[in-house]
Amino acid sequence: MLEVLFIGLSLGSILLLVALGLAITYGAMGVINMAHGEMVMVGAYVTVLSGIWLGTNIFVAIPLAFIVTALLGLLIERVVVRRLYGRLLDTLLATWGIAILIQQAVRLEFGLSFLGIHLQGLGPGLQNVAVPPFLQGTFSILGADINRYRTFIILVTAILALVTWFIIYRTSMGTQVRAIIRNPRMAAACGIDVTRINALTFAFGSGLAGVAGVMMSGFKTVFPDMGTSMVVDGFLVVVMGGVGSLLGSVLSAGILGEINGLVAAATNDILARAVVFGVVIAIIVLKPKGLFALKGR
Amino acid sequence: MAIDRRRFLRNGLLASGTVITSPWVFQTGARAAGEVKVGVLFSLTGGLSIIEKSLHDATMMAISEINAAGGVKGMKVVAIAEDGASDPKTYNEKASKLVIQDKVPTVFGSYTSASRKAVLPVFEKRNNLYFYPTYYEGFECSKNVIYTGAVPNQQLSNFIPWIIKTLGKKKFFIVGSNYIYPREMAKVSKILIEKNGGEWIADEYLELGHSEWGSMVNKIKSSGCDVVLSNVVGDSVVAFYREYKNQGLTHDKLPICATVTSEIEIAAMGAEYAVGSYTSFPYFQAIDTDRNKAFVERYRAFVKDPKAVTHHALESSYFQVFLWKQAAEKAAEITPTAIREAVKGQEFDAPNGHVKIDPENLHTYLTPRIAQWLPDGQGKIIDAYKEPVVPLPYVAYGETPTNLFCTGKGLDTAKLKT
Repeated sequence: MLEVLFIGLSLGSILLLVALGLAITYGAMGVINMAHGEMVMVGAYVTVLSGIWLGTNIFVAIPLAFIVTALLGLLIERVVVRRLYGRLLDTLLATWGIAILIQQAVRLEFGLSFLGIHLQGLGPGLQNVAVPPFLQGTFSILGADINRYRTFIILVTAILALVTWFIIYRTSMGTQVRAIIRNPRMAAACGIDVTRINALTFAFGSGLAGVAGVMMSGFKTVFPDMGTSMVVDGFLVVVMGGVGSLLGSVLSAGILGEINGLVAAATNDILARAVVFGVVIAIIVLKPKGLFALKGR
Repeated sequence: MAIDRRRFLRNGLLASGTVITSPWVFQTGARAAGEVKVGVLFSLTGGLSIIEKSLHDATMMAISEINAAGGVKGMKVVAIAEDGASDPKTYNEKASKLVIQDKVPTVFGSYTSASRKAVLPVFEKRNNLYFYPTYYEGFECSKNVIYTGAVPNQQLSNFIPWIIKTLGKKKFFIVGSNYIYPREMAKVSKILIEKNGGEWIADEYLELGHSEWGSMVNKIKSSGCDVVLSNVVGDSVVAFYREYKNQGLTHDKLPICATVTSEIEIAAMGAEYAVGSYTSFPYFQAIDTDRNKAFVERYRAFVKDPKAVTHHALESSYFQVFLWKQAAEKAAEITPTAIREAVKGQEFDAPNGHVKIDPENLHTYLTPRIAQWLPDGQGKIIDAYKEPVVPLPYVAYGETPTNLFCTGKGLDTAKLKT
């Protein structure tokens, strides 16, 4: 039973890993960032490429992927998203387009494949990331075999969630972000540089997705389409938890993960997935603003 | 120099005129030289392009080798390549285009059963010919398709008895992706398991393309099985083997015996996750013959990738073009019907060994092999049939070599019901 609960916890942590960045960009900025999954993918490719070209392991890839995807996020915000604030559906279309561009850039090796140049680690194929031996296999607690890599993911997710909480609720920049969530115009009137804070927030959200990509690369397949399905799961978590609420995202990820794990153990994975979708639909119907909606005045 | 508007327009018109007319000039010019056009239809974009691109490359390589050796009856083979875009509907449209507009007498294509089923009506209605290179679930009998990949009996008829007798494993956990191929494979497996005195204790599926294996592997662990029969396909394979090891299962105690895991998936997951597990296929890159080694070398040179791997469907994509060439040379004229009649019983020395098209059901005689995966990502072939095995696409429904369900006359549905 402990193993089943652990798997549920692990599923939840993976959901949260992807949803954390979304909770910030969607929750705080009102941008439906369809390219979020591609940020995860880019993070995974940073792991692959740094492993091949720098010979470094997954730990070095974490800060590296954060920097690369944060910069990429900053670029996207500056070039595209900045012009689309307040136009929710337009951000959806524009970022979806960006997602396809990023996917194809990786698949076509940034266009080099047209010239017959092949970069190892890019291209349409499946890529492989080496995981250090001490993260493979299991260790025992209370007679249960616990998966090391999944434990590692849970730890990293917890740290990222804490860091995000600290930045949002304990720093002056976080205060500004929260002010923008409540009312961007009023925040601007109070002297907050909204464009600058938005750019940094978007970069931070993208960077979190990059770290999620590093973690995914260790146990899932790395290929150009890998992010597409993750972004859907991410939105489920954010919408169920309540837009703009960090605590809501954490709890809803945990709840959905455990439901998935328990139903899958009792019946099968296909049914478990259907039940998860059913729960999300029920919650959105009963509480349209999610579990923890911000109370407006 | 400033370009005024009129000159700009004129130049633009000239340029676009050239673009429009050039294919026409090319086509009429080429037709006069004496050539045979064939269609090549694989996904070059989308999720399946990972594998289908390699099938496309192998087909193109075979065509270029045929041309280098003088073509077919002295005519050059010209490939018209189309992109199925990993989408059955696109497959259907492109197949119609190749058959109706380009009037090709044969198309080589498809990896998934879904895409084959999507193009089947086009080839049956227009009485054209389709060469399909992938191992598949059987249960199909079309006089317009030549099947050169393995059918279930060619992957399982030696595998299951071998697992039970040689490995001494008797309790099977059958796991697969949730669609027709794994389900049909499971059906055949169960018949064979029961016939050989084993038992199956579970038959479970995960969504196609899904890669969260935590619950399933935990279930395998607590099920009390002593062998796992995997019909998992695509990128899920990688996540499955990784999770398997990460939950502390080892292939020496509880081996995964797979029907889909090929060199491509092994390379993608990292060979250390698969070491000691088994796969059954008629072809492995590791087949130790000069013909196969030369084939691997030529393929690597052709795709300009010194580390490229070869696998079963790729090898079938390659040799089926040669079977077609022999049939086209034997046929009185280059039409789909004449080629089909000529391809019956056609034989060829492929990289995997001798292959032959069955004259009745148009499937291919192949030699089943079992390999155990080594740390270098290659299979060590530890068991093989002495000779090619007759293809039985309806083996799950009681088909035997002496009682074929699918013959030149079509499918005998009366036999299917009993």
